[in-house]
Amino acid sequence: MKIAVTVKQVPDPNGTPGLDSDNTLMRDREVVLDPGDEYGIEEALQLKEKSGGEVVLVSMGPDKARDAIRKGLSMGADRGVLISDPQLAGADALLTAKALAAAIRSEGAELVICATESYDGSTGMVPPMLAELLGVPQLTFAKQVEVAGQQVTVHRQTEAGYQVLEAELPALVTVTAGIAEPRYASLKGIMAARSKEVKVMTLADLQVEPGRPAESVESIEEAAARAAGEIVEDDGSSGVERIMAALTAAKVI
Amino acid sequence: MAGILVYAEVADARPAAIALELLSKARELGQVDAVALGPGAREAAAQLGAYGARRVFLNDDPAFAEYLAEPATDCMAALIEREPPDLILFGFTSDGREVAGRLGARLDVGVISNALDISGASGSYEAQVPYFGGARVANYRANNRPAIVLVRPKSFEASESGGQAQMVEIEAAIAERSRRARISERHDEVSDQVKLEDARIVVAGGRGLGGPENFALVEGLASALGGAAGATRAIVDAGWVPYSFQIGQTGKTVRPGVYIAAGISGAMQHTVGMKGAKVIVAINKDAHAPILKLADLGVVGDVTKILPKLTEAVKAKRAS
Repeated sequence: MKIAVTVKQVPDPNGTPGLDSDNTLMRDREVVLDPGDEYGIEEALQLKEKSGGEVVLVSMGPDKARDAIRKGLSMGADRGVLISDPQLAGADALLTAKALAAAIRSEGAELVICATESYDGSTGMVPPMLAELLGVPQLTFAKQVEVAGQQVTVHRQTEAGYQVLEAELPALVTVTAGIAEPRYASLKGIMAARSKEVKVMTLADLQVEPGRPAESVESIEEAAARAAGEIVEDDGSSGVERIMAALTAAKVI
Repeated sequence: MAGILVYAEVADARPAAIALELLSKARELGQVDAVALGPGAREAAAQLGAYGARRVFLNDDPAFAEYLAEPATDCMAALIEREPPDLILFGFTSDGREVAGRLGARLDVGVISNALDISGASGSYEAQVPYFGGARVANYRANNRPAIVLVRPKSFEASESGGQAQMVEIEAAIAERSRRARISERHDEVSDQVKLEDARIVVAGGRGLGGPENFALVEGLASALGGAAGATRAIVDAGWVPYSFQIGQTGKTVRPGVYIAAGISGAMQHTVGMKGAKVIVAINKDAHAPILKLADLGVVGDVTKILPKLTEAVKAKRAS
């Protein structure tokens, strides 16, 4: 089974991100493989270990995004595809999904695995758009995935509990962090990743027209800040006393 | 005249709270219709009218509840072709985003996701979306028709309009190939605690609790206060508590009267789901934790020592 995993390079969640003058995220800051994508890579590797096949990482981003792909390759993925094109700077979810769909179609993957949403954008729109463009069903918020023959079964996390979802391949699955503990890259894995192929593709290669953006940023404003509150250093009793006073003032006790 | 179409999710033959919130806001922006699909749609329709839907397009085909996303996408696409709206509003819920994303791709119009507010009038809509860790808000303009916007739950107050909707049966229009992602089982975790989204008091815990065994301290205080316990994504991902406790970007949005954050640092992932609380109390050992900037009262101290004492004090006060 050929599995495509979408991966994204994002600003380091533990770093201090900045904004460029055009309100796009500064890409020269420290960037990492989206931590949410590591779960998808891990799940793909486990599926491959069980039933064989190939794991291809597909990413979109500047040349530097190779580093994110390289990290996934060092975990054990087989190959990478990087869609890189200056016309994709600031691409919205729809254009991103179109570019990814074209690359995944050219790979002929039977199973596509995505994170539920990216760490930085958090819109969660690329996976359902990608499923629609590929013409495959989507099985989402998976905390468990099983593939038996052509059948994929997913435990989908819901607000109340979980559902069991079933579909035939080809399909797209989005995974949550509960699914598997991502492995660390071994030294051997890191060495092996250096010689693994990362194919670079442009929009022209994929025959995708960038078109007019579906949405544009009109302005960016500071979020309304809450008025500064009171800060108390707990001395063993002052903390509880002040909280009790606040709860009483709020009339909840 | 083109107008606004609200995708009204239905659960147990009633409109979801988010559907009523969206209708209440949409009334301010123009003429509003709603669409309700699946079992219970008919029963839910009257209430959609009472919150401002002029017409309710409905179809109660069981396939809408049996298969994920695709049947609803088909039906929406057919309806939009017949009655083209300027704007379609969805709730930023797990089901809403599935359908909105597919629909945005099928119509080739895109989707503005995760919005906190929406403004504009016929022909031009802007949505306000948290940006850059929530420190800023971006105004996105939708360039295509229809504009599709996903709005976070609890962004708007639901209020009745006293109206009555015209019921319009629509065709299910489900393609045979859309019956694919089949929901074969549903497992709901039963909980005896107050529903998190509706609780007047929420006590939530994060990694600062130190370990899963200390989450009992959070539940103890929540129970003493008659409120609900919640959690950050970090401790849900770590397996300390089930996903149903999660508050934030990928979890629930709460707007309680009082929110007590215990051992929570205050990442945007979490704060986007709770910063609408009236009063925020934060307990954290790190005086520089970002949550303290949001808090009306911040206590710098050991959460595992403070919570038991606080629970005792609340119980004593309640008993007196």
